[in-house]
Amino acid sequence: MIGIIDYGMGNLHSVKSALSRIGEEFVLSSDKTELEKCDGLLLPGVGAFKDAMDQLNSSGLAEFVKDEAAKGKPLLGICLGMQLLFEESEEHGNFQGLGLLPGRVTRFTGKTAGGVTYKVPHMGWNHLAFHQREHDLLDGLQEGFVYFVHSYVVNTAEQDVIAASAQYGDVEVPAVVGRGNVMGTQFHPEKSSQLGMGMLKNFCTFVKERSYA
Amino acid sequence: MLTKRIIPCLDVKDGRVVKGVQFVNLIDAGDPVELARFYDEQGADELVFLDISASHEGRETMTEVVERVASELAIPFTVGGGINTLDDMKRVLRAGADKVSVNTAALLRPELITEGSQFFGAQCIVVAIDAKYDEELGSWRVYTHGGRKSTEWEVTDWAREAVLRGAGEILLTSMDKDGEKSGFNLKLTRAVSEAVPVPVIASGGAGNADHFYDAFSEGLADAGLAASIFHYKETSIAEVKAALAERGVAIR
Repeated sequence: MIGIIDYGMGNLHSVKSALSRIGEEFVLSSDKTELEKCDGLLLPGVGAFKDAMDQLNSSGLAEFVKDEAAKGKPLLGICLGMQLLFEESEEHGNFQGLGLLPGRVTRFTGKTAGGVTYKVPHMGWNHLAFHQREHDLLDGLQEGFVYFVHSYVVNTAEQDVIAASAQYGDVEVPAVVGRGNVMGTQFHPEKSSQLGMGMLKNFCTFVKERSYA
Repeated sequence: MLTKRIIPCLDVKDGRVVKGVQFVNLIDAGDPVELARFYDEQGADELVFLDISASHEGRETMTEVVERVASELAIPFTVGGGINTLDDMKRVLRAGADKVSVNTAALLRPELITEGSQFFGAQCIVVAIDAKYDEELGSWRVYTHGGRKSTEWEVTDWAREAVLRGAGEILLTSMDKDGEKSGFNLKLTRAVSEAVPVPVIASGGAGNADHFYDAFSEGLADAGLAASIFHYKETSIAEVKAALAERGVAIR
């Protein structure tokens, strides 16, 4: 059973329909007791970083997610949900994230070091390059295109966190990230056709393996 | 590298897809969910649904269509038409749309763009612009109400204003070209693409694959939108994409 964390941010419908399409059981909840019973947690999110953290903090879900992740429960953040896994973001100020992964979220500058401008947001289908083929989310999948929509990007000095990336402007965009049971995708797997759906399936498989172990 | 997007547009009226030539002569063209599924299988990168229902009942039907589309598709889609308030945006996004597109309401009250962008994020807010060449202005003028009313706005000025207010994308329709199948309005598309730092979707006039190529190369568009040529199967998304790939355009 996958628990989709409902903290009042963003579009939960697409994640719900994606899990239904792959025949996965899920609950959509903001209730910690209910979410605690789930074998894996999914943190979606569309919107601003600060608003999302405010919601997670005020509802106590931030502490809950950190505790569950520390216990080893599989956690998948999608888009803003992925960015929230990191230490901090500069979106509309400086705000602390969940701090489960090392790194900082900054805005695309819109200009390469060479002075060439590129558009922000990074919106559309971009090619995903795999760096860790053995990563739980990428298992058995081939490199291909996935759908991105974001204006902010993760910066991390620790390469082991980046399982796959996409090239945009002169930025190597961390696109599949994670350490152990904590993972995330910058793009929307639920909107990324076959490849995205494959990653969601992989996450669900990982959750099942963990819960039987 | 980001690919260029091919986007079929479905004008939906009271739950059915319709398409006219230069905004009139609507012809029934099919079930929106059936067409959406067909385009997804064909390799559409995204879909746009424009709700052109006039009545409240029509809007309610549209919400159901959005829910049905969202439950069957794994590609992004935008819903526009009749989005006048933040609550309208919420309704459509909750029903499963990924983005909302605003047009007339944004021109009447530009704060709507700001509010939507602050609440949902810029990536969610598409500003649709209907533009028509104006001899006197020597440029393109922005129209509202489905192309029926002219405004004081020059197209690049309005596009800049919309982006300053938080638009994440511009859906630019050339009224002069719409339904003509003689190619996109390249000058207009290029003018707007050069004016704003967000993606521009060229719309109006697509007749074949070469037209998309021109929109991307000369028009500097990020995406190309078409309706009738796809609905009436004059060409397919797969054919357009194959032709673009052959000419070296990055596509999915």
